[in-house]
Amino acid sequence: MTALAPTTPPLLSVRDLSVSYGPIEAVSGISLDVPEGHIATVIGPNGAGKTTLLSALMGILPSRGAITVDGVETSSPTIARMIAAGIALVPEQRALFATMTVEDNLVLGGFRRHRDPHYDADETLRDVYGRFPRLWERHRQLAGTLSGGERQMLALGRALMGKPRLLMLDEPSLGLAPLVVRDVFQIIAELKRTGVSILLVEQNARAALKVADHAYVLELGRVAMEGPAAELADDPRIVAAYLGKTSRHQEMLTA
Amino acid sequence: MNMQIVMLLGQDGVTNGAVYALLALSIMLVFSVTRILLIPQGEFVAFAALTMAAMQSGRAVQLGWLVFALAVVATLMDAAKVWRSKGREPWPHGTLGLLAVAALALVLTKVLPLDRIGMFAQALLTIALVVPLGPLLYRVFFQAIAAAHSLVLLIVSIAVHVALVGTGLLMFGPEGGKTEPFSDAFFEIGPAMIASQTLWVIAATLALMGGLWVFFGKTLYGRALQATAVNRLGAELVGISPDLAGRASFTLAAAIGVLSGILIAPITTIYYDSGFIISLKGFVGAIIGGLTSFPVAALGALFIGQAEAFSTFWASSYKEVIVFTLLLPVLVWRSLAHTRVEDEE
Repeated sequence: MTALAPTTPPLLSVRDLSVSYGPIEAVSGISLDVPEGHIATVIGPNGAGKTTLLSALMGILPSRGAITVDGVETSSPTIARMIAAGIALVPEQRALFATMTVEDNLVLGGFRRHRDPHYDADETLRDVYGRFPRLWERHRQLAGTLSGGERQMLALGRALMGKPRLLMLDEPSLGLAPLVVRDVFQIIAELKRTGVSILLVEQNARAALKVADHAYVLELGRVAMEGPAAELADDPRIVAAYLGKTSRHQEMLTA
Repeated sequence: MNMQIVMLLGQDGVTNGAVYALLALSIMLVFSVTRILLIPQGEFVAFAALTMAAMQSGRAVQLGWLVFALAVVATLMDAAKVWRSKGREPWPHGTLGLLAVAALALVLTKVLPLDRIGMFAQALLTIALVVPLGPLLYRVFFQAIAAAHSLVLLIVSIAVHVALVGTGLLMFGPEGGKTEPFSDAFFEIGPAMIASQTLWVIAATLALMGGLWVFFGKTLYGRALQATAVNRLGAELVGISPDLAGRASFTLAAAIGVLSGILIAPITTIYYDSGFIISLKGFVGAIIGGLTSFPVAALGALFIGQAEAFSTFWASSYKEVIVFTLLLPVLVWRSLAHTRVEDEE
Protein backbone atom coordinates (compact mmCIF):
# COMPACT_ATOMS: atom_id res chain seq x y z
CA MET A 1 0.00 0.00 0.00
CA THR A 2 1.33 3.42 -0.78
CA ALA A 3 0.67 6.09 1.75
CA LEU A 4 -0.32 9.41 0.32
CA ALA A 5 2.07 12.10 1.49
CA PRO A 6 0.09 14.31 3.81
CA THR A 7 -0.08 17.92 2.79
CA THR A 8 0.43 19.28 6.30
CA PRO A 9 3.24 18.16 8.65
CA PRO A 10 1.98 15.45 11.00
CA LEU A 11 0.98 16.46 14.51
CA LEU A 12 1.41 12.88 15.65
CA SER A 13 3.78 10.54 13.90
CA VAL A 14 4.31 6.96 14.99
CA ARG A 15 7.13 4.78 13.65
CA ASP A 16 7.54 1.08 14.18
CA LEU A 17 5.55 0.91 17.42
CA SER A 18 5.34 -2.45 19.19
CA VAL A 19 3.61 -3.38 22.42
CA SER A 20 4.02 -6.70 24.20
CA TYR A 21 2.06 -8.34 26.97
CA GLY A 22 4.77 -10.66 28.27
CA PRO A 23 5.80 -12.91 25.35
CA ILE A 24 2.78 -11.95 23.25
CA GLU A 25 3.14 -9.04 20.88
CA ALA A 26 -0.25 -7.33 20.71
CA VAL A 27 0.87 -4.57 18.38
CA SER A 28 3.85 -5.01 16.06
CA GLY A 29 5.66 -2.43 14.01
CA ILE A 30 2.86 0.04 13.48
CA SER A 31 3.55 3.34 11.72
CA LEU A 32 0.92 6.01 11.31
CA ASP A 33 0.50 9.78 10.96
CA VAL A 34 -2.15 12.23 12.04
CA PRO A 35 -1.69 15.54 10.22
CA GLU A 36 -2.79 18.74 11.95
CA GLY A 37 -6.53 19.30 11.61
CA HIS A 38 -7.18 15.86 10.10
CA ILE A 39 -9.10 12.84 11.24
CA ALA A 40 -7.25 9.55 10.98
CA THR A 41 -9.12 6.38 11.79
CA VAL A 42 -7.95 2.95 12.79
CA ILE A 43 -10.48 0.26 12.00
CA GLY A 44 -10.29 -3.47 12.46
CA PRO A 45 -11.94 -6.40 14.16
CA ASN A 46 -12.12 -7.08 17.86
CA GLY A 47 -8.74 -8.02 19.31
CA ALA A 48 -6.75 -6.45 16.48
CA GLY A 49 -4.84 -4.31 19.00
CA LYS A 50 -6.68 -1.03 18.53
CA THR A 51 -7.14 -0.21 22.21
CA THR A 52 -3.61 -1.42 22.97
CA LEU A 53 -2.32 0.99 20.31
CA LEU A 54 -4.09 3.97 21.88
CA SER A 55 -2.99 2.96 25.39
CA ALA A 56 0.62 2.84 24.23
CA LEU A 57 0.31 6.21 22.47
CA MET A 58 -1.10 7.76 25.66
CA GLY A 59 1.69 6.30 27.77
CA ILE A 60 -0.58 3.96 29.73
CA LEU A 61 1.27 0.91 28.37
CA PRO A 62 5.01 0.71 27.79
CA SER A 63 5.99 0.40 24.14
CA ARG A 64 8.96 0.24 21.77
CA GLY A 65 9.33 2.51 18.77
CA ALA A 66 9.23 6.24 18.16
CA ILE A 67 6.31 8.51 18.93
CA THR A 68 6.75 12.04 17.61
CA VAL A 69 4.43 14.81 18.70
CA ASP A 70 4.82 18.12 16.90
CA GLY A 71 8.38 17.28 15.91
CA VAL A 72 9.50 16.16 19.38
CA GLU A 73 10.41 12.50 19.42
CA THR A 74 10.01 10.31 22.44
CA SER A 75 9.93 6.62 23.14
CA SER A 76 7.64 4.91 25.66
CA PRO A 77 6.22 8.19 26.95
CA THR A 78 4.49 8.74 30.30
CA ILE A 79 0.88 9.88 30.56
CA ALA A 80 2.01 13.19 32.03
CA ARG A 81 4.26 13.89 29.00
CA MET A 82 1.58 13.08 26.47
CA ILE A 83 -0.89 15.31 28.30
CA ALA A 84 1.69 18.09 28.38
CA ALA A 85 2.15 17.64 24.62
CA GLY A 86 -1.58 18.37 24.17
CA ILE A 87 -2.90 14.87 23.64
CA ALA A 88 -6.16 13.74 25.19
CA LEU A 89 -7.57 10.23 25.26
CA VAL A 90 -11.22 9.34 25.64
CA PRO A 91 -10.91 5.70 26.66
CA GLU A 92 -13.38 3.01 25.75
CA GLN A 93 -14.68 2.77 29.31
CA ARG A 94 -15.00 6.62 29.40
CA ALA A 95 -13.39 6.74 32.91
CA LEU A 96 -15.79 9.41 34.15
CA PHE A 97 -15.99 10.51 37.80
CA ALA A 98 -19.31 8.76 38.32
CA THR A 99 -20.10 10.07 41.81
CA MET A 100 -19.33 13.67 40.91
CA THR A 101 -21.53 16.14 39.05
CA VAL A 102 -21.35 16.71 35.31
CA GLU A 103 -19.96 20.17 35.95
CA ASP A 104 -17.26 18.89 38.32
CA ASN A 105 -16.25 16.34 35.69
CA LEU A 106 -15.90 19.10 33.12
CA VAL A 107 -14.05 21.48 35.45
CA LEU A 108 -11.56 18.71 36.25
CA GLY A 109 -11.09 18.20 32.52
CA GLY A 110 -9.31 21.55 32.58
CA PHE A 111 -7.07 20.50 35.47
CA ARG A 112 -4.00 20.10 33.31
CA ARG A 113 -4.21 23.76 32.37
CA HIS A 114 -5.07 25.14 35.81
CA ARG A 115 -1.69 26.86 36.10
CA ASP A 116 -1.78 28.18 32.54
CA PRO A 117 -2.34 31.96 32.71
CA HIS A 118 -3.86 31.96 29.21
CA TYR A 119 -6.44 29.35 30.13
CA ASP A 120 -9.91 30.67 30.93
CA ALA A 121 -11.80 27.82 32.59
CA ASP A 122 -15.17 29.59 32.60
CA GLU A 123 -14.96 30.50 28.94
CA THR A 124 -13.94 26.96 27.97
CA LEU A 125 -16.79 25.60 30.07
CA ARG A 126 -19.29 27.87 28.28
CA ASP A 127 -17.81 26.74 25.00
CA VAL A 128 -18.28 23.05 25.88
CA TYR A 129 -21.83 23.67 27.08
CA GLY A 130 -22.48 25.45 23.80
CA ARG A 131 -21.29 22.41 21.94
CA PHE A 132 -23.21 19.97 24.14
CA PRO A 133 -26.41 21.72 25.34
CA ARG A 134 -27.49 18.42 26.88
CA LEU A 135 -24.62 18.61 29.36
CA TRP A 136 -25.74 22.07 30.44
CA GLU A 137 -29.26 20.71 31.06
CA ARG A 138 -27.74 18.04 33.26
CA HIS A 139 -24.85 20.01 34.78
CA ARG A 140 -25.88 19.35 38.37
CA GLN A 141 -26.61 15.66 37.85
CA LEU A 142 -24.12 12.99 38.90
CA ALA A 143 -22.16 11.62 35.96
CA GLY A 144 -23.12 8.06 36.90
CA THR A 145 -26.80 8.79 36.32
CA LEU A 146 -26.36 9.82 32.67
CA SER A 147 -27.44 7.72 29.70
CA GLY A 148 -24.82 6.07 27.50
CA GLY A 149 -24.88 8.81 24.88
CA GLU A 150 -24.70 11.54 27.49
CA ARG A 151 -21.73 9.83 29.11
CA GLN A 152 -19.94 9.78 25.78
CA MET A 153 -20.71 13.48 25.37
CA LEU A 154 -19.41 14.14 28.87
CA ALA A 155 -16.24 12.15 28.17
CA LEU A 156 -15.71 14.18 24.98
CA GLY A 157 -16.54 17.42 26.76
CA ARG A 158 -14.17 16.63 29.60
CA ALA A 159 -11.37 15.95 27.12
CA LEU A 160 -12.14 19.20 25.26
CA MET A 161 -11.95 21.17 28.54
CA GLY A 162 -8.17 20.60 28.46
CA LYS A 163 -8.03 22.21 24.96
CA PRO A 164 -6.13 19.30 23.41
CA ARG A 165 -4.40 19.52 20.03
CA LEU A 166 -5.03 15.86 19.32
CA LEU A 167 -8.03 13.94 20.53
CA MET A 168 -7.78 10.16 20.60
CA LEU A 169 -11.17 8.46 20.70
CA ASP A 170 -11.49 4.79 21.54
CA GLU A 171 -14.71 3.30 20.13
CA PRO A 172 -16.88 6.35 20.77
CA SER A 173 -19.92 4.58 19.30
CA LEU A 174 -19.58 1.45 21.42
CA GLY A 175 -22.77 0.46 23.21
CA LEU A 176 -24.78 3.43 21.97
CA ALA A 177 -28.21 3.42 20.35
CA PRO A 178 -28.13 3.93 16.55
CA LEU A 179 -29.52 7.45 16.69
CA VAL A 180 -26.98 8.42 19.32
CA VAL A 181 -24.18 6.95 17.21
CA ARG A 182 -25.20 9.30 14.43
CA ASP A 183 -25.03 12.23 16.86
CA VAL A 184 -21.60 11.20 18.04
CA PHE A 185 -20.21 11.06 14.51
CA GLN A 186 -21.78 14.42 13.73
CA ILE A 187 -19.98 15.83 16.76
CA ILE A 188 -16.70 14.31 15.56
CA ALA A 189 -17.13 15.88 12.13
CA GLU A 190 -17.89 19.19 13.79
CA LEU A 191 -14.81 18.99 16.02
CA LYS A 192 -12.68 18.63 12.93
CA ARG A 193 -14.19 21.80 11.49
CA THR A 194 -13.08 23.68 14.61
CA GLY A 195 -9.49 22.56 14.01
CA VAL A 196 -9.09 19.65 16.46
CA SER A 197 -7.03 16.76 15.10
CA ILE A 198 -8.50 13.37 15.83
CA LEU A 199 -7.28 9.80 15.95
CA LEU A 200 -10.41 7.69 15.87
CA VAL A 201 -10.43 4.00 16.70
CA GLU A 202 -13.65 2.31 15.63
CA GLN A 203 -15.26 -1.02 14.93
CA ASN A 204 -18.04 0.74 13.08
CA ALA A 205 -15.95 0.93 9.91
CA ARG A 206 -18.63 2.41 7.70
CA ALA A 207 -19.25 5.44 9.92
CA ALA A 208 -15.55 5.88 10.67
CA LEU A 209 -14.54 5.87 6.99
CA LYS A 210 -17.26 8.40 6.23
CA VAL A 211 -15.94 10.94 8.72
CA ALA A 212 -12.17 10.32 8.44
CA ASP A 213 -9.56 11.69 6.01
CA HIS A 214 -7.13 8.82 6.25
CA ALA A 215 -7.64 5.26 7.42
CA TYR A 216 -5.56 2.38 8.71
CA VAL A 217 -6.85 -1.19 8.85
CA LEU A 218 -5.45 -3.08 11.81
CA GLU A 219 -5.42 -6.87 11.74
CA LEU A 220 -3.64 -9.06 14.31
CA GLY A 221 -1.60 -6.13 15.57
CA ARG A 222 -0.31 -5.03 12.16
CA VAL A 223 -1.39 -2.40 9.66
CA ALA A 224 -2.94 -4.54 6.91
CA MET A 225 -4.00 -1.69 4.67
CA GLU A 226 -3.94 2.09 4.69
CA GLY A 227 -4.99 4.95 2.48
CA PRO A 228 -7.37 7.88 2.12
CA ALA A 229 -10.63 6.97 3.81
CA ALA A 230 -12.72 7.53 0.70
CA GLU A 231 -10.53 5.14 -1.33
CA LEU A 232 -10.59 2.46 1.32
CA ALA A 233 -14.36 2.71 1.56
CA ASP A 234 -14.49 1.66 -2.13
CA ASP A 235 -11.74 -0.96 -1.92
CA PRO A 236 -13.29 -4.33 -2.68
CA ARG A 237 -11.32 -6.08 0.07
CA ILE A 238 -12.54 -3.61 2.67
CA VAL A 239 -16.06 -3.82 1.36
CA ALA A 240 -15.96 -7.60 1.58
CA ALA A 241 -14.38 -7.76 5.02
CA TYR A 242 -15.87 -4.78 6.85
CA LEU A 243 -18.68 -3.21 4.86
CA GLY A 244 -19.94 -5.96 2.61
CA LYS A 245 -22.22 -8.05 4.70
CA THR A 246 -24.34 -5.16 5.74
CA SER A 247 -26.73 -6.35 8.32
CA ARG A 248 -29.87 -4.41 9.01
CA HIS A 249 -28.33 -3.40 12.30
CA GLN A 250 -25.28 -1.94 10.57
CA GLU A 251 -27.49 -0.11 8.14
CA MET A 252 -29.32 1.48 11.02
CA LEU A 253 -26.08 2.42 12.67
CA THR A 254 -24.91 4.43 9.72
CA ALA A 255 -28.25 5.67 8.41
CA MET B 1 -25.08 4.10 88.13
CA ASN B 2 -26.66 7.50 88.36
CA MET B 3 -27.29 10.27 85.87
CA GLN B 4 -24.08 12.02 86.74
CA ILE B 5 -21.96 9.01 85.89
CA VAL B 6 -23.87 8.50 82.65
CA MET B 7 -23.19 12.10 81.68
CA LEU B 8 -19.55 11.77 82.60
CA LEU B 9 -19.06 8.59 80.62
CA GLY B 10 -21.08 9.99 77.74
CA GLN B 11 -18.80 12.97 77.68
CA ASP B 12 -15.74 10.74 77.56
CA GLY B 13 -17.37 8.74 74.81
CA VAL B 14 -18.10 11.80 72.72
CA THR B 15 -14.53 13.06 73.09
CA ASN B 16 -12.98 9.75 72.13
CA GLY B 17 -15.60 9.18 69.41
CA ALA B 18 -14.85 12.55 67.84
CA VAL B 19 -11.16 11.70 67.60
CA TYR B 20 -11.95 8.24 66.20
CA ALA B 21 -14.23 9.87 63.63
CA LEU B 22 -11.38 12.11 62.50
CA LEU B 23 -9.06 9.12 62.18
CA ALA B 24 -11.74 7.14 60.33
CA LEU B 25 -12.06 10.03 57.89
CA SER B 26 -8.33 10.11 57.37
CA ILE B 27 -8.01 6.35 56.85
CA MET B 28 -10.85 6.39 54.32
CA LEU B 29 -9.39 9.36 52.49
CA VAL B 30 -5.96 7.76 52.10
CA PHE B 31 -7.43 4.39 51.16
CA SER B 32 -9.75 5.75 48.49
CA VAL B 33 -7.08 7.92 46.89
CA THR B 34 -4.09 5.57 47.09
CA ARG B 35 -5.50 2.07 47.96
CA ILE B 36 -3.10 2.13 50.94
CA LEU B 37 -4.54 1.10 54.30
CA LEU B 38 -2.68 3.60 56.43
CA ILE B 39 -1.66 1.53 59.45
CA PRO B 40 0.85 4.23 60.56
CA GLN B 41 -2.03 6.70 60.96
CA GLY B 42 -1.83 6.22 64.73
CA GLU B 43 1.86 7.13 64.82
CA PHE B 44 1.01 10.68 63.72
CA VAL B 45 -1.29 10.84 66.76
CA ALA B 46 1.19 9.36 69.22
CA PHE B 47 4.18 11.33 67.91
CA ALA B 48 2.24 14.59 68.11
CA ALA B 49 1.03 13.90 71.66
CA LEU B 50 4.46 12.78 72.85
CA THR B 51 6.20 15.72 71.19
CA MET B 52 3.85 18.13 72.94
CA ALA B 53 4.39 16.29 76.22
CA ALA B 54 8.19 16.34 75.81
CA MET B 55 8.13 20.07 75.11
CA GLN B 56 6.03 20.78 78.21
CA SER B 57 8.15 18.65 80.48
CA GLY B 58 11.31 20.24 79.19
CA ARG B 59 12.78 17.06 77.69
CA ALA B 60 14.66 17.16 74.39
CA VAL B 61 12.50 16.73 71.27
CA GLN B 62 14.14 14.21 68.94
CA LEU B 63 11.43 13.88 66.28
CA GLY B 64 13.05 16.60 64.18
CA TRP B 65 15.98 14.28 63.41
CA LEU B 66 13.70 11.60 61.95
CA VAL B 67 11.79 14.09 59.81
CA PHE B 68 14.99 15.71 58.61
CA ALA B 69 16.57 12.34 57.77
CA LEU B 70 13.48 11.31 55.78
CA ALA B 71 13.52 14.66 53.97
CA VAL B 72 17.16 14.13 53.00
CA VAL B 73 16.40 10.61 51.71
CA ALA B 74 13.36 11.89 49.77
CA THR B 75 15.45 14.66 48.19
CA LEU B 76 18.14 12.15 47.19
CA MET B 77 15.48 9.89 45.67
CA ASP B 78 14.10 12.79 43.64
CA ALA B 79 17.61 13.74 42.53
CA ALA B 80 18.31 10.15 41.45
CA LYS B 81 15.07 10.07 39.47
CA VAL B 82 15.87 13.32 37.66
CA TRP B 83 19.42 12.18 37.00
CA ARG B 84 18.35 8.77 35.64
CA SER B 85 15.89 10.38 33.24
CA LYS B 86 18.79 12.50 31.92
CA GLY B 87 16.98 15.73 32.60
CA ARG B 88 13.79 14.80 30.75
CA GLU B 89 11.85 14.57 34.00
CA PRO B 90 11.33 17.92 35.66
CA TRP B 91 12.49 18.36 39.24
CA PRO B 92 9.43 17.40 41.31
CA HIS B 93 7.75 20.08 43.36
CA GLY B 94 7.47 19.88 47.09
CA THR B 95 10.35 17.79 48.37
CA LEU B 96 12.75 20.72 48.65
CA GLY B 97 10.08 22.66 50.51
CA LEU B 98 9.67 19.75 52.90
CA LEU B 99 13.43 19.63 53.42
CA ALA B 100 13.42 23.33 54.30
CA VAL B 101 10.51 22.93 56.74
CA ALA B 102 12.14 19.88 58.33
CA ALA B 103 15.47 21.69 58.75
CA LEU B 104 13.80 24.76 60.21
CA ALA B 105 11.68 22.71 62.63
CA LEU B 106 14.76 20.74 63.71
CA VAL B 107 16.70 23.92 64.42
CA LEU B 108 13.77 25.47 66.30
CA THR B 109 13.38 22.42 68.56
CA LYS B 110 17.06 22.71 69.44
CA VAL B 111 17.34 26.45 70.10
CA LEU B 112 13.96 27.46 71.56
CA PRO B 113 13.21 27.16 75.29
CA LEU B 114 10.39 24.76 74.46
CA ASP B 115 8.77 24.58 77.90
CA ARG B 116 8.35 28.36 78.07
CA ILE B 117 7.03 29.29 74.61
CA GLY B 118 3.37 28.70 75.46
CA MET B 119 0.93 26.03 74.41
CA PHE B 120 -0.04 27.66 71.13
CA ALA B 121 3.55 27.91 69.90
CA GLN B 122 4.20 24.35 71.09
CA ALA B 123 1.23 23.15 69.07
CA LEU B 124 2.39 25.03 65.97
CA LEU B 125 5.89 23.57 66.26
CA THR B 126 4.41 20.10 66.72
CA ILE B 127 2.38 20.57 63.55
CA ALA B 128 5.48 21.73 61.68
CA LEU B 129 7.34 18.64 62.90
CA VAL B 130 4.76 15.92 62.29
CA VAL B 131 2.83 17.05 59.19
CA PRO B 132 5.87 16.77 56.82
CA LEU B 133 6.16 13.17 58.01
CA GLY B 134 3.03 12.34 55.95
CA PRO B 135 4.21 13.33 52.45
CA LEU B 136 7.76 12.15 53.27
CA LEU B 137 6.54 8.65 54.20
CA TYR B 138 4.60 8.55 50.94
CA ARG B 139 7.61 9.72 48.89
CA VAL B 140 10.12 7.38 50.49
CA PHE B 141 8.07 4.20 50.97
CA PHE B 142 5.04 4.25 48.70
CA GLN B 143 5.50 6.43 45.62
CA ALA B 144 7.63 3.95 43.71
CA ILE B 145 5.19 1.10 44.34
CA ALA B 146 1.97 3.11 43.99
CA ALA B 147 0.75 0.84 41.19
CA ALA B 148 1.53 -2.40 43.03
CA HIS B 149 -1.06 -4.89 44.24
CA SER B 150 -2.97 -3.62 47.27
CA LEU B 151 -1.61 -6.54 49.30
CA VAL B 152 1.92 -5.28 48.69
CA LEU B 153 0.84 -1.82 49.77
CA LEU B 154 -0.65 -3.29 52.94
CA ILE B 155 2.55 -5.19 53.75
CA VAL B 156 4.67 -2.07 53.29
CA SER B 157 2.18 -0.11 55.36
CA ILE B 158 2.52 -2.59 58.23
CA ALA B 159 6.31 -2.52 57.91
CA VAL B 160 6.37 1.27 58.06
CA HIS B 161 4.15 1.14 61.13
CA VAL B 162 6.43 -1.34 62.92
CA ALA B 163 9.52 0.69 62.04
CA LEU B 164 7.91 3.90 63.26
CA VAL B 165 6.85 2.34 66.58
CA GLY B 166 10.47 1.23 67.12
CA THR B 167 11.75 4.68 66.21
CA GLY B 168 9.14 6.09 68.60
CA LEU B 169 10.55 4.07 71.46
CA LEU B 170 14.01 5.37 70.59
CA MET B 171 12.87 9.00 70.39
CA PHE B 172 10.40 9.25 73.25
CA GLY B 173 11.43 6.43 75.59
CA PRO B 174 9.08 3.92 77.22
CA GLU B 175 7.38 6.43 79.55
CA GLY B 176 3.98 7.80 78.67
CA GLY B 177 3.26 11.46 78.24
CA LYS B 178 0.32 13.67 79.04
CA THR B 179 -0.04 17.40 78.38
CA GLU B 180 -1.69 20.29 80.14
CA PRO B 181 -5.37 20.82 79.25
CA PHE B 182 -6.02 23.81 76.97
CA SER B 183 -8.04 25.37 79.81
CA ASP B 184 -9.14 24.17 83.24
CA ALA B 185 -12.64 25.57 83.15
CA PHE B 186 -15.70 23.41 83.82
CA PHE B 187 -19.23 24.25 82.85
CA GLU B 188 -22.26 23.11 84.74
CA ILE B 189 -25.13 22.13 82.48
CA GLY B 190 -28.02 20.60 84.40
CA PRO B 191 -26.70 17.73 86.48
CA ALA B 192 -23.48 17.43 84.51
CA MET B 193 -20.09 19.02 84.65
CA ILE B 194 -18.70 19.55 81.15
CA ALA B 195 -14.94 19.81 80.95
CA SER B 196 -13.82 22.56 78.63
CA GLN B 197 -11.37 20.12 77.05
CA THR B 198 -14.40 18.16 75.78
CA LEU B 199 -15.75 21.28 74.16
CA TRP B 200 -12.33 21.96 72.61
CA VAL B 201 -12.27 18.49 71.09
CA ILE B 202 -15.80 18.77 69.73
CA ALA B 203 -15.23 22.28 68.36
CA ALA B 204 -11.92 21.37 66.75
CA THR B 205 -13.38 18.20 65.23
CA LEU B 206 -16.35 20.07 63.77
CA ALA B 207 -14.08 22.84 62.46
CA LEU B 208 -11.74 20.32 60.84
CA MET B 209 -14.61 18.42 59.23
CA GLY B 210 -16.10 21.68 57.99
CA GLY B 211 -12.74 22.66 56.56
CA LEU B 212 -12.36 19.33 54.80
CA TRP B 213 -15.91 19.59 53.46
CA VAL B 214 -15.09 22.98 51.93
CA PHE B 215 -11.77 21.65 50.62
CA PHE B 216 -13.32 18.63 48.90
CA GLY B 217 -16.49 20.34 47.75
CA LYS B 218 -15.31 23.75 46.65
CA THR B 219 -11.66 23.75 45.66
CA LEU B 220 -10.08 22.42 42.47
CA TYR B 221 -7.43 20.45 44.36
CA GLY B 222 -10.04 18.94 46.65
CA ARG B 223 -12.08 17.84 43.66
CA ALA B 224 -8.94 16.50 42.03
CA LEU B 225 -8.27 14.29 45.08
CA GLN B 226 -11.89 13.15 45.06
CA ALA B 227 -11.62 12.39 41.35
CA THR B 228 -8.54 10.25 41.93
CA ALA B 229 -10.52 8.27 44.50
CA VAL B 230 -13.47 7.82 42.12
CA ASN B 231 -11.59 6.92 38.95
CA ARG B 232 -7.81 6.64 38.94
CA LEU B 233 -7.44 6.33 35.15
CA GLY B 234 -9.82 9.23 34.54
CA ALA B 235 -7.89 11.39 36.98
CA GLU B 236 -4.59 10.58 35.32
CA LEU B 237 -6.05 11.33 31.90
CA VAL B 238 -7.09 14.85 32.93
CA GLY B 239 -3.58 15.47 34.24
CA ILE B 240 -3.96 14.84 37.98
CA SER B 241 -0.63 13.30 38.92
CA PRO B 242 -1.02 10.20 41.11
CA ASP B 243 2.19 11.18 42.95
CA LEU B 244 0.71 14.53 43.85
CA ALA B 245 -2.59 12.99 44.92
CA GLY B 246 -0.76 10.45 47.09
CA ARG B 247 1.35 13.09 48.79
CA ALA B 248 -1.64 15.36 49.30
CA SER B 249 -3.71 12.61 50.92
CA PHE B 250 -0.81 11.64 53.20
CA THR B 251 -0.34 15.30 54.14
CA LEU B 252 -4.00 15.54 55.10
CA ALA B 253 -3.74 12.26 57.02
CA ALA B 254 -0.73 13.54 58.97
CA ALA B 255 -2.47 16.85 59.66
CA ILE B 256 -5.58 15.09 60.95
CA GLY B 257 -3.39 12.79 63.04
CA VAL B 258 -1.45 15.68 64.58
CA LEU B 259 -4.59 17.55 65.52
CA SER B 260 -6.10 14.40 67.03
CA GLY B 261 -2.90 13.88 69.00
CA ILE B 262 -2.85 17.43 70.31
CA LEU B 263 -6.54 17.15 71.24
CA ILE B 264 -6.34 13.89 73.18
CA ALA B 265 -2.92 14.42 74.78
CA PRO B 266 -4.44 16.26 77.78
CA ILE B 267 -7.08 13.53 78.27
CA THR B 268 -5.18 10.26 77.96
CA THR B 269 -1.66 9.19 78.71
CA ILE B 270 -0.06 8.33 75.38
CA TYR B 271 2.83 5.91 74.99
CA TYR B 272 5.12 5.43 71.99
CA ASP B 273 2.95 2.52 70.83
CA SER B 274 -0.47 3.91 71.74
CA GLY B 275 -1.10 5.12 68.21
CA PHE B 276 -1.98 1.73 66.83
CA ILE B 277 -4.84 0.96 69.19
CA ILE B 278 -6.25 4.48 68.74
CA SER B 279 -6.18 4.35 64.96
CA LEU B 280 -7.54 0.80 65.06
CA LYS B 281 -10.69 2.21 66.64
CA GLY B 282 -10.87 4.82 63.90
CA PHE B 283 -10.39 1.97 61.48
CA VAL B 284 -13.33 0.10 62.99
CA GLY B 285 -15.42 3.21 62.37
CA ALA B 286 -14.18 3.31 58.79
CA ILE B 287 -15.09 -0.36 58.35
CA ILE B 288 -18.60 0.31 59.65
CA GLY B 289 -18.83 2.93 56.93
CA GLY B 290 -17.61 0.36 54.41
CA LEU B 291 -14.49 2.50 53.77
CA THR B 292 -16.68 4.66 51.54
CA SER B 293 -19.46 6.38 53.45
CA PHE B 294 -18.08 9.01 55.76
CA PRO B 295 -21.31 9.88 57.65
CA VAL B 296 -21.83 6.20 58.51
CA ALA B 297 -18.18 5.90 59.55
CA ALA B 298 -18.48 8.99 61.76
CA LEU B 299 -21.56 7.55 63.48
CA GLY B 300 -19.75 4.25 63.87
CA ALA B 301 -16.76 6.01 65.40
CA LEU B 302 -18.99 7.88 67.87
CA PHE B 303 -20.61 4.58 68.80
CA ILE B 304 -17.19 3.01 69.38
CA GLY B 305 -16.30 5.95 71.60
CA GLN B 306 -19.42 5.43 73.72
CA ALA B 307 -18.97 1.68 73.87
CA GLU B 308 -15.41 2.20 75.06
CA ALA B 309 -16.36 4.73 77.72
CA PHE B 310 -19.12 2.59 79.19
CA SER B 311 -17.18 -0.65 79.07
CA THR B 312 -14.36 1.12 80.93
CA PHE B 313 -16.84 1.68 83.72
CA TRP B 314 -18.38 -1.78 83.75
CA ALA B 315 -15.47 -4.04 82.93
CA SER B 316 -12.39 -1.98 82.45
CA SER B 317 -9.99 -4.88 81.90
CA TYR B 318 -12.21 -6.12 79.05
CA LYS B 319 -12.49 -2.66 77.48
CA GLU B 320 -10.67 -3.44 74.23
CA VAL B 321 -12.20 -6.91 74.00
CA ILE B 322 -15.70 -5.46 74.16
CA VAL B 323 -14.95 -2.70 71.67
CA PHE B 324 -13.44 -4.97 69.06
CA THR B 325 -16.01 -7.72 69.60
CA LEU B 326 -18.62 -5.17 68.57
CA LEU B 327 -17.03 -5.24 65.16
CA LEU B 328 -18.15 -8.84 64.58
CA PRO B 329 -21.92 -8.23 64.24
CA VAL B 330 -21.12 -5.27 61.99
CA LEU B 331 -18.98 -7.45 59.74
CA VAL B 332 -21.66 -10.14 59.63
CA TRP B 333 -24.30 -7.58 58.78
CA ARG B 334 -22.02 -6.01 56.13
CA SER B 335 -21.32 -9.30 54.43
CA LEU B 336 -24.99 -10.30 54.44
CA ALA B 337 -26.21 -6.93 53.22
CA HIS B 338 -23.48 -6.66 50.63
CA THR B 339 -24.80 -6.52 47.11
CA ARG B 340 -22.32 -6.92 44.34
CA VAL B 341 -21.75 -3.42 43.07
CA GLU B 342 -21.14 -3.41 39.36
CA ASP B 343 -18.19 -1.34 38.29
CA GLU B 344 -18.96 1.80 36.40
CA GLU B 345 -19.58 0.45 32.85
